[in-house]
Amino acid sequence: MRLLTHNMLSSNIKGVANGFPLRIEVEKVVEKEVEINHDFLRNIFPKIDWKALSDASRIMGYHELPEEPPEPSVLEADIEFLRKFHHALLELHLEEGALLCPESGRKFPVNKGIPNMLLLEDEV
Amino acid sequence: MSSRPELQAPPEIFYDDSEARKYTSSSRIAEIQAKLSERALELLALPDDGIPRLLLDIGCGSGLSGETITENGHQWIGLDISPSMLNVALQNEVEGDLLLGDMGQGLGLRPGVVDGAISISAVQWLCNADKSSHEPRLRLKAFFGSLYRCLARGTRAVLQVYPENLTQRELILSYAMRAGFAGGVVVDYPHSTKRRKEYLVLTCGPPSLSTAAPLGKGEDGESCSDDESSGDEENQTVSISDRHRPRKKQKINKKGKGREWVLRKKEQMRRKGNAVPPDTKYTARKRKARF
Repeated sequence: MRLLTHNMLSSNIKGVANGFPLRIEVEKVVEKEVEINHDFLRNIFPKIDWKALSDASRIMGYHELPEEPPEPSVLEADIEFLRKFHHALLELHLEEGALLCPESGRKFPVNKGIPNMLLLEDEV
Repeated sequence: MSSRPELQAPPEIFYDDSEARKYTSSSRIAEIQAKLSERALELLALPDDGIPRLLLDIGCGSGLSGETITENGHQWIGLDISPSMLNVALQNEVEGDLLLGDMGQGLGLRPGVVDGAISISAVQWLCNADKSSHEPRLRLKAFFGSLYRCLARGTRAVLQVYPENLTQRELILSYAMRAGFAGGVVVDYPHSTKRRKEYLVLTCGPPSLSTAAPLGKGEDGESCSDDESSGDEENQTVSISDRHRPRKKQKINKKGKGREWVLRKKEQMRRKGNAVPPDTKYTARKRKARF
């Protein structure tokens, strides 16, 4: 699971008011290189919750992202920043570990890169 | 006649390891899925600006449809309930991220983050009550509600479905409308039992000006040229249903409302308990203009 997906995922459990962002428990991180696309990055940037991405990337072992979200002009000009954004968003994979609901603490295990988001009967 | 998979077992059990292998190794199935996915992407009507989007693949299975999305240059997140099918997707090293989840429990995505959603042959599974706790209506409601929320304004969801019957199709469509979607059904090759395919094309929020109602395939010579043509020009079948319910039709002709209408209304009033004069041969008789 890449941080792009983690940035979109929320806990869906009944009774939970705000299930985003899910806390990450890391057991194994894999880096997979992928071709960079500046258009995609600029297009997706407004939808990204920057704090969640920045915190998550740190937990995954990548400390290059600034904690504060950059000005949109940075995206246009700063290629180096785009590379770091790309790396954090698309090249870090959580292979083994878990995602935790921030309110209830319920664990969603991650195996082979696939989070198990299936809810139990009483959580729906 | 082979039974529908939906009637045999819930999807996470039907699509076990051996079925998943069969599904993916069949080149015929792969070809059909690729065609359906291409068509669904086409119906998504994404802007032609070369910017890759983030799409959702609902019921992504072994990643056949996801591969089509990747080939078209977009990023995707896939959701499926069958671990066996997802394992095959892993083996195929698909580009999209995979989630093990049940669409009937809600998609669990943040509002407005997805640029479009496709689903190939999956949504009709929601109509089955596999477990005693499953109420199809609640699941349809959870699915369409969460889908509507996670889509960005003005984007679309294209769901290729195999409804068992008219009732199922109406059920699916009605829950989509209730969630706030506008749109309708596009039917390709409506008169061919083998090739007939249905797509729910749903728009989230106000459609853009460039959105025209998509035409079903099989209604002009061009679309049929590369398939064996049955010879007849099939008509497009597009029903656009809006959120706003159509106004009740009233049969009013030049002669006024007619005796039958009056009798029906009087009967209604009687049932309500109002005092209504009895029906006689004089009821609703045409009076002189100066009556």
